[in-house]
Amino acid sequence: MGAYNWNWPILLKEPYFGWIVSGFGKTILIAVLAWAIAFPLGSAIGIARTAESRALRFAGTAYVDLFRNIPLLVQMFLWYFVVPELLPSDWGRWVKRDMPYPQFLTAVICLGLYTASRVGEQVRSGIESIPRGQRNAALAIGLTQFQVYRHVLIPVAYRTIIPPLTSDFLGVFKNSSLALTIGVLELTSQARQIEEYTFAAFEAFTVATVLYCMVTGLVILIMRIVENRTRIPGAITVGAS
Amino acid sequence: MFAGFDFGILWANAPFLWNGILLTLQLTALAVTGGLLLGVVLAVMRLSSVKPLAWAVEGYVNFLRSMPLILVIFWFYTLVPKLTGRPVSGFYSVLIAFIMFEAAYYSEIIRAGISSVRRGQISAAMALGLTRLQAMRYVILPQALRNMTPVLLTQSIVMLQDTSLVYVVGLRDFLTSADIVASRDNRPTELYMFVALVFLVVCFSASRLVNRLRRRYAL
Repeated sequence: MGAYNWNWPILLKEPYFGWIVSGFGKTILIAVLAWAIAFPLGSAIGIARTAESRALRFAGTAYVDLFRNIPLLVQMFLWYFVVPELLPSDWGRWVKRDMPYPQFLTAVICLGLYTASRVGEQVRSGIESIPRGQRNAALAIGLTQFQVYRHVLIPVAYRTIIPPLTSDFLGVFKNSSLALTIGVLELTSQARQIEEYTFAAFEAFTVATVLYCMVTGLVILIMRIVENRTRIPGAITVGAS
Repeated sequence: MFAGFDFGILWANAPFLWNGILLTLQLTALAVTGGLLLGVVLAVMRLSSVKPLAWAVEGYVNFLRSMPLILVIFWFYTLVPKLTGRPVSGFYSVLIAFIMFEAAYYSEIIRAGISSVRRGQISAAMALGLTRLQAMRYVILPQALRNMTPVLLTQSIVMLQDTSLVYVVGLRDFLTSADIVASRDNRPTELYMFVALVFLVVCFSASRLVNRLRRRYAL
């Protein structure tokens, strides 16, 4: 491709520089907020799937099956276009007219609920990787079900699933780009917008790529430190998927 | 709850939606095939004893895995016509994007499958007088394939779902076709729910089959 005219300085000009900064900020914010939903909800789902109660196990499995078998983009459209129609009319009206930052919040909720199904799977496999004898031993010394989870299963399970949880967090970070389909101006969509305004496609995409890679690298680095600090002596960890 | 909904619209637009489904299936089949072929090559290079080769592949895999698929699609959609110097249909640009992207994931699965067979087995096979190639062919690969086939299939189901992202460049796959009807006739509820339902049924059944396969062929 001989004839491409590189124009890097354009990225430092306003408004393009500002677009990149605000897009990057939104990408991070979406990822962090969605994770704030996904982590606790996913933990609950994962625990439910290992519970004694049949009903709980079924509910957890149904949630995971539902959210993992519909493309995330279709889920995004369902939350944005369809759910407000199905809600009771007062709520629907509120969502459509009065809810602040509708696109942004919809994206956060959609990504959060989807990622929860992935976190749920990791938590379940973490708990199931603990030999059954530990649960039985804990029950035998008189701990209640809640105490078994609180003091025996969870502290071990979470430490073994740090690598796959890290890739799920990176997943929600990358998936935040799907928010552009409902009009959120996050990093990828700002890069696309700069391309449309300036034709500096490769410069804009390169900046977005570098920012995504930087955050990914940084997160992996931090989590590796966390993993080392929390390693269970003598245990082998579950590999990242 | 569905009073006032018009599901007849699906029937009226069936041929148009069916064309969308065909494009989705075609894209998935080609991307899975291409991704697997490239994935095997990458995995072999990654496991090779030529270190720079292994590092180059590792860099490639890590690089693509830290990018959102949508951005990869935008990259190739813009890049392929510029590189070839003539207009290339959106389908082929996007197909190349999917192959390059999925190959990174497939190669990791294949590598893990091969590494999951214990090292001692290669030594044992070679001690029996098999060549390295024979050991690979008769000892390592049969076991590795059993280990990685379910994971490769699961990744292909994910890939089928991911093809819906071609929406961002306006390729008329299943979702985009439904979206076109939805906005033309102002019927988003019926159309998006239909798309969700079709994917749910197909992907759920497929993943149940994969689970059965996994249990049956587990080592």
